[in-house]
Amino acid sequence: MRIARPTSLTLAPLLALAPALALAQDAPVPDKGDTAWVMTATMLVILMTIPGLALFYGGMVRSKNVLSVLMQVFVTFCLIAILWSIYGYSIAFTNGNAFFGGFDRLFLDGLTSSSVAATFSKGVYIPEFAYFCFQLTFAAITPSLIVGAFAERLKFSAVLAFVVIWFTFAYLPIAHMVWWWAGPDAYTDAEAAAAAAATAGFLFQKGALDFAGGTVVHINAGIAGLVGAMVAGRRVGFGTSAMPPHNLPMVMIGASLLWVGWIGFNVGSNLEASPFAAQVFANTILATAAAALAWTFAEWAAKGTPTMLGAASGCVAGLVAITPACGWVGPMGAIVIGLAAGLVCLWACTGLKRAMGYDDSLDVFGVHCVGGILGALLTAVFCSPSLGGTGVYDYVANEVGAYSIGTQFIAQLWGVGLTLVWSGVVAFIAFKLVGLTIGLRVTEEQEREGLDTVSHGERAYNN
Amino acid sequence: MKMITAVVRPHKLDDLHTAVARLGAQGMTVTEVMGFGRQKGHLEHYRSAEYRIEFIPKTRVEIAVADQDVEPMIEAIANVARTGKVGDGKIFVAPLSEVIRIRTGETGTAAT
Repeated sequence: MRIARPTSLTLAPLLALAPALALAQDAPVPDKGDTAWVMTATMLVILMTIPGLALFYGGMVRSKNVLSVLMQVFVTFCLIAILWSIYGYSIAFTNGNAFFGGFDRLFLDGLTSSSVAATFSKGVYIPEFAYFCFQLTFAAITPSLIVGAFAERLKFSAVLAFVVIWFTFAYLPIAHMVWWWAGPDAYTDAEAAAAAAATAGFLFQKGALDFAGGTVVHINAGIAGLVGAMVAGRRVGFGTSAMPPHNLPMVMIGASLLWVGWIGFNVGSNLEASPFAAQVFANTILATAAAALAWTFAEWAAKGTPTMLGAASGCVAGLVAITPACGWVGPMGAIVIGLAAGLVCLWACTGLKRAMGYDDSLDVFGVHCVGGILGALLTAVFCSPSLGGTGVYDYVANEVGAYSIGTQFIAQLWGVGLTLVWSGVVAFIAFKLVGLTIGLRVTEEQEREGLDTVSHGERAYNN
Repeated sequence: MKMITAVVRPHKLDDLHTAVARLGAQGMTVTEVMGFGRQKGHLEHYRSAEYRIEFIPKTRVEIAVADQDVEPMIEAIANVARTGKVGDGKIFVAPLSEVIRIRTGETGTAAT
């Protein structure tokens, strides 16, 4: 999930070393299979957002608010897509300092169909346009996740204003901190590696591992959601009147589309259609199945009946938890991570939520933040080659380096802690700012009426 | 004439229809209703939220019958609707002062 625009300087020694590449022209030519896969994966992430996430959320709200949730996800996706091309991509994925990228790609300046982005293998590139689109979908789904936390009570304009501020000051720097690096070609010897590492993002330098976005997407969105739910306050009638999901089949369809789409999210993050991609594929499926089972059976034991909402929630919890780990662990590690995610997220959405009393409408914190933290920390454990993991590749020695769970755990804590604080603070300021200017919530009367007619002038179900 | 109103478990409707039709009932009105009786409600749980559902879905059937048909009709309805568990429902019988068939203008038992 990282990019580099290789300069002729970093490529020169590589070309000399690789005869296969030496026949190629000056600019590296991306492999057609890799290109096709990353574009396919990008479409899958779109599928996962609209309609997947939108339906998953839409089914969980009351029928008077379903369109408001669908619209918030749909329009957020479109808005971020445009902002991503104007400044987002440049700030996240160009050289700058350890926290923010630069302005080299403002308005996609200099990005052409022959621009390439680095992958995880030396000398292997994909078209930068493919990387740009792939990352666009990640940037777009993350704020879309947040809207579930304050669903059923915010003004549409307030949601959009919040999304723009949070995307700019939380998503972009966190993505840069975690994923920006110079690319594997820069790691020719110890000295070059040190020089290249110094240009990487802050958390990349700390050694935090996040294959597909456990910190950047899920912890980031989850903590912002919790802050939003608390700043906005509880829904009218929360805790006293019934607010059951209005359409559980819709929730099931949404969760299933998320699962399918997430294959693109996780396996696409491998950036190459390589044999290793198939292992990421397997990990993603296994962790998800394990988590859905864990949630289902735990709920069955505790409440007497296994629910569809529980199975769907467990599925998403497993997907979240395996996201940072999917490219670092073995299949059995993935199953353990999934089982843990099902149980821990169930607790977060029930016991923890009740104890703290916040109204996170669709459990964005309980599933995405808690699942993301769990996945990020367990990555350190199951990445260990002694537990079937891949270890961490040393691009200077060109082999897997020595691995210490303890050291990696500290690095993961850096990723988790910094993301929680950074995103939490930005979200708090953003919500306060929007609250003071536009105002966050609709009136109580409008909230009782439902956001569909009040904010959007239409009704989901006529007759 | 009497108006028989039976509130029964929704899945008993088909059996009830067959039974009263066999006794010669010429028509009935069916409504989906909700309510509570001895059965009370039940619990539903959605993640952390638990709701006691106070009103349970039932099916209400109304049949207008001649006086001599009341007893067998009640017996037939009770037989098909009974499971022996709480929640089987109730049968109400009320006097009916007049019935008019709109198409023909017939009145009384001829119209039932």
